[in-house]
Amino acid sequence: MSDQFKLEIVNPEKSFLLKDDVTEVVIPAYEGEMGILKDHISLISFLKPGLIKIFSKGAEDRFFVEDGIVEFKDNNLTILTSSISNINDMKKDRIDAILSEAEKNSKDKEISDQQKYLADQKIEVLKSIN
Amino acid sequence: MASLDDLKKRITSVKSTQKITKAMKMVAASKLRRAQESAERGRPYSDKMNNIIVNLSNSITDKDNSPKLLVGSGEDKVHLCVVMTSDRGLCGGFNTNIIKKAKTFFQKIIDERKTLKIITVGSKGYDQLKRAYKDNIIERISFKDSKNVNYFDANKVGKIIIDKFEKKEFDVCTIFYNQFKNVITQIPLDQQIIPLKASETKNSPSEDNYEFEPEEDEILSNLLPKNISTQIFKAMLENSASEQGSRMTAMDNATRNAGEMVDKLTIQYNRSRQAAITKELIEIISGAESL
Repeated sequence: MSDQFKLEIVNPEKSFLLKDDVTEVVIPAYEGEMGILKDHISLISFLKPGLIKIFSKGAEDRFFVEDGIVEFKDNNLTILTSSISNINDMKKDRIDAILSEAEKNSKDKEISDQQKYLADQKIEVLKSIN
Repeated sequence: MASLDDLKKRITSVKSTQKITKAMKMVAASKLRRAQESAERGRPYSDKMNNIIVNLSNSITDKDNSPKLLVGSGEDKVHLCVVMTSDRGLCGGFNTNIIKKAKTFFQKIIDERKTLKIITVGSKGYDQLKRAYKDNIIERISFKDSKNVNYFDANKVGKIIIDKFEKKEFDVCTIFYNQFKNVITQIPLDQQIIPLKASETKNSPSEDNYEFEPEEDEILSNLLPKNISTQIFKAMLENSASEQGSRMTAMDNATRNAGEMVDKLTIQYNRSRQAAITKELIEIISGAESL
């Protein structure tokens, strides 16, 4: 038995990525990073800002997401997100722009704890890929 | 009878109108292709989103404590209607159809003595509704500046709606838009988005148990606002495809009508030219005869 499963990443404008030879996907789930292998239990969760790592035969792709929802069912992993970009395509100034905005948000006293947590997460991830 | 010169002028003017409508038809055709593509590409997202929500709401047992966006505020007094139209005219019955649909709905609400609030998206809708329902319109939104339909705009509308819901300004929210069936047919639709209609639960209650992280209701309360924006976005995509399709057909008709008119005018022109010549000949002949 192969240990591959199907992955689909969809954003509102189009189907962003479709792969059927994925062996492992690591997602930044809301309560911590989560690795998904074949025959994982059915799962619904959502994402915090972070990196999606996709491992397929000999290749590894990394994407930056800001939010999203994940559903895993019958060896189909679906990720719905409104903001996703391949790390290799991200220009440094774009990263910096998101970073500085997140930093500004994080310092904002008005926001709720949850939003602050998300902003802090974003900063951490962006710094790590910078 | 119009003089030859007048006829000539009319023919030229109809011909130039025809050129314009022809050009508009071409533009609409090429825009339609793009709009149709993006409408089709946008479908998976909203479908999947819907699926997940159905799965989630099926697994919620405690209906009383589930998020208000799903079950509603428990009342049915204030209706918010979001009427989505285009920003430009000259697209046949596109806007009129939506407005007609909306107006029948409005009348029903008013007859039932409920409060009606309207948000118009797109300036044409506002223009048509402002006369009859000026006091009901609480917000008008227009995306004249953005070239293509994008999620960012849809999100803005979604945020406004959710904001108003949380301030308890309305109980039920319905959106009006044209669903794109094909180039000739667009169906004006009303879709209730708050509270979410449970009728879409087609598949049998999910027998598989999902693992939720975090808890169901927390996921739902995060997901539902997103779903609103997604539904709005879907409506906007369908609308823009419908708009172009409708414009294309309308302009096609206009071009054909202009062609018919040119033909008719040309015949009339030729006939009166001939009559003028005959008249002149008769004058010359009878002049010669009298000598």
